[in-house]
Amino acid sequence: MARIAGVDLPKDKRIEIALTYVYGIGSTTAQQIIEKTGINPDIRVNSLSESDVHTLNAYIQDNCKVEGPLRSETMMNIKRLMDIGCYRGLRHRRGLPCRGQNTKNNARTRKGKKRTSPARRK
Amino acid sequence: MPRSIKKGPYIDEKLLEKVQKMNESGRKRVIKTWARRSMIPPEFVGHTLAIHNGKKFLPVFISENMVGHKLGEFSPTRTFRGHSGKKADRTSKVH
Repeated sequence: MARIAGVDLPKDKRIEIALTYVYGIGSTTAQQIIEKTGINPDIRVNSLSESDVHTLNAYIQDNCKVEGPLRSETMMNIKRLMDIGCYRGLRHRRGLPCRGQNTKNNARTRKGKKRTSPARRK
Repeated sequence: MPRSIKKGPYIDEKLLEKVQKMNESGRKRVIKTWARRSMIPPEFVGHTLAIHNGKKFLPVFISENMVGHKLGEFSPTRTFRGHSGKKADRTSKVH
């Protein structure tokens, strides 16, 4: 079982794909990592050698910000916006989109599931 | 699209002049300003600016974290107090 950056990777996927299961590594970063470490991208996770796992771990530790630190960084950035009381911070507080999208319709990702208010009636 | 880096940040010149004069003399006073589009340079830190929101001037204390933002971001122009329907619904439920 390959554990990279504190995450168990799926056993039967190609390493190039499996790396994207780590928060903060997408397909581009995964490809770069594999290129830099010189590991065969077609190899499956369960047939990775111990040393390969080690080099991957070391490379990610030195060059990428992933998982916990990355999450806390984004949270800190959002918290900063909320603390200084700027427009984007206000939008984050209210759970509305903060990049100027329309909110008359849609915007469901930020607003969450639809709440139908007039339906409640006695 | 962001502003071209070649041009540098836009800072309202008259406002900057006023703030620099205050920095030199050491006096502090609330400056009224309409320059919502002006970026906040490090010189503004520690001052209180009254930023126009279209109706009135909202006093904003500039802190270090605000450098690089625009003044207008701190003076909201819209007031939203919720939709009318919900409120009526809530009151009718109570009574």
